[in-house]
Amino acid sequence: MAYIPFIVVVWILMVGLYGIVTSRDLIHLIICLIVVQSSTYVLLLGVGYVTGAVAPYFYDVPVHTPAVDPVVQALALTDVVVEAAVTALLLAFAIQAHKRFGTLDPAELASLKG
Amino acid sequence: MTPAQRRLAFLLGAAGLAAFYLWGLFGLPGFGNYPGPYGFIINRIAVGQTNATGVVSTVNFEYRGFDTVGEEFILFAAAAGIATVLRRLRGERDRPAVDEAAGRQSPPTSSAVRMIALLFTGPVVVMGWWLASHAQTNPSGGFQGGVILATAFVLIYLSGEFVVFKRISPADLTDVVEAVGAGGFAAVGVSAVAMGLPYLSNFLPLGSVPGAVSSSGTIALISFFVGLEVAAAFILIIGELLEQTLLIRQRGQ
Amino acid sequence: MIAAVSTPYTVPVAMMDTLQVTILVLVAAGATAVVLIRERVRQVLALSVYGVLLAVLFLAFQAPDVTLSELTVGAVALPVVLLLTLAKIKKREE
Repeated sequence: MAYIPFIVVVWILMVGLYGIVTSRDLIHLIICLIVVQSSTYVLLLGVGYVTGAVAPYFYDVPVHTPAVDPVVQALALTDVVVEAAVTALLLAFAIQAHKRFGTLDPAELASLKG
Repeated sequence: MTPAQRRLAFLLGAAGLAAFYLWGLFGLPGFGNYPGPYGFIINRIAVGQTNATGVVSTVNFEYRGFDTVGEEFILFAAAAGIATVLRRLRGERDRPAVDEAAGRQSPPTSSAVRMIALLFTGPVVVMGWWLASHAQTNPSGGFQGGVILATAFVLIYLSGEFVVFKRISPADLTDVVEAVGAGGFAAVGVSAVAMGLPYLSNFLPLGSVPGAVSSSGTIALISFFVGLEVAAAFILIIGELLEQTLLIRQRGQ
Repeated sequence: MIAAVSTPYTVPVAMMDTLQVTILVLVAAGATAVVLIRERVRQVLALSVYGVLLAVLFLAFQAPDVTLSELTVGAVALPVVLLLTLAKIKKREE
C-alpha cells in the first residue's frame, strides 16, 4: 500500500508519453499532454498524505487535529487552473497551423518548410 | 523512421525512464508516512497567525503569495497570447454578428436545454461569487470561483443566445476586468511596500473571529482579485474561440 | 517515519485504504482509455470522465480544494474549449 500510488503515477506518465509519440493528430497529442500533466497532480498529493488525518480546514474541527500537508495542495490547486489556460493556448496554435497548412498530422507538419 | 521503429525506440527509452523514476520514488518515505516538518508547523500556527481557518488559502495567498503572483501572470500571458494568435488573417472578412440558430441546417436549441441553461445561470453566478469571496473559511478560493463564474457565461451561449453573450462580454470589457484583477493583486503587494513592510505582507486588520468573512486581512481581498482575473481570462478564451467559429468566414464561402 | 495518526473525524484506515486503491486503479484505466481512443469527439468525452475520476481521487486524498478545481476545469472548461476547437477545424474542412 505504501507505494501503489507511485506505481500508478509512473504508469500514467508512460501511457501519456506513448500517446504523444505515436500520435497522428495534433488534437490527440494535446489531450495526451493533459494526461501527462495529471500524473504530476497525483504525485504531489501522494507525497503530502498522512495516514488517518483530515483535510487541513479547521472550520468545524478543533485546531490541533492532525491534518495532511497543505503546501502541496496549494501547489496542485493553482497548477490545475493555470495549465488549462496554457492548453487553450496550444489549441489556438493548432488552429493556426490548420489554417496555414491545411493538415493536423505531426508527420506532415514536420516535413513542411514554411 | 517508420512508425514501428519509432514505437520500438520509444519502448526502449520508456523502460529506462520508468526504471529510474520508480527507483527514485521508492526512496521516498512511502505513501502516508509524511515526515517533513513544514506541513505540521503550518497546520499548527496558521489559524493563530492569520485568523483564517482555510490553511490552504493562507499558504496560497500569504505564506507563498509571491508564487501565486507568478502563476496568475502565467494565466494573464496565456489569455493575451490566445487573443493575439487568433487574430483575423488577411483575406477573411468580418460578418456582422447574426444569431445563427435561425437559418442553419442543424436544429435550433431545444426548449428543455434553453430553460435549464437560463434557470441555472443565476445560481451559478451566486455560487461562483460566494466561492471567490470565502477563501479563508472553506475549501474555496479565487481560482475555483473564477472558473465557475466563467461557466455561467458559457451557459448563456449554450441556450442559443450568442448575440447576448457577445453583448454582455465584449472584448474590451473582459480585457479591462482581467487587467484590474491582475493589477489589483500586484497593487495589494505594492501598497504593503508603501507602508514600509515587505512585499505582500498582511497589513489589514485581522478581525476577531477566525473564519469570519471579514477576517484574515489581505487574504480575502487577494482572493477576490484573483477570482476576477481568472473569470475574465476564461471568458476571453471562450469568447475568442466562439468568434473564430461563428463570425469569421473565408472570402467567397 | 511517522506512525499513522488517528482522529475521531475520519473513517477507519482500512476502509480508506481500500477506497484509495480502487480509485487509483480506475484512474489508471481511465488514462489508458483516454490515450487509446483515436476519434476526436469520443476522446474529449473520455477526458471529461477522466476529470471526474481524478476529482474523486483527490477527494479520497483529503484535498477538497483541488477537487473543486479539477472538477470545474477538467470536466467543464477544458472539454468546452476542446469542442469549440474541433468545431472550428471541422468547419474549415467542409
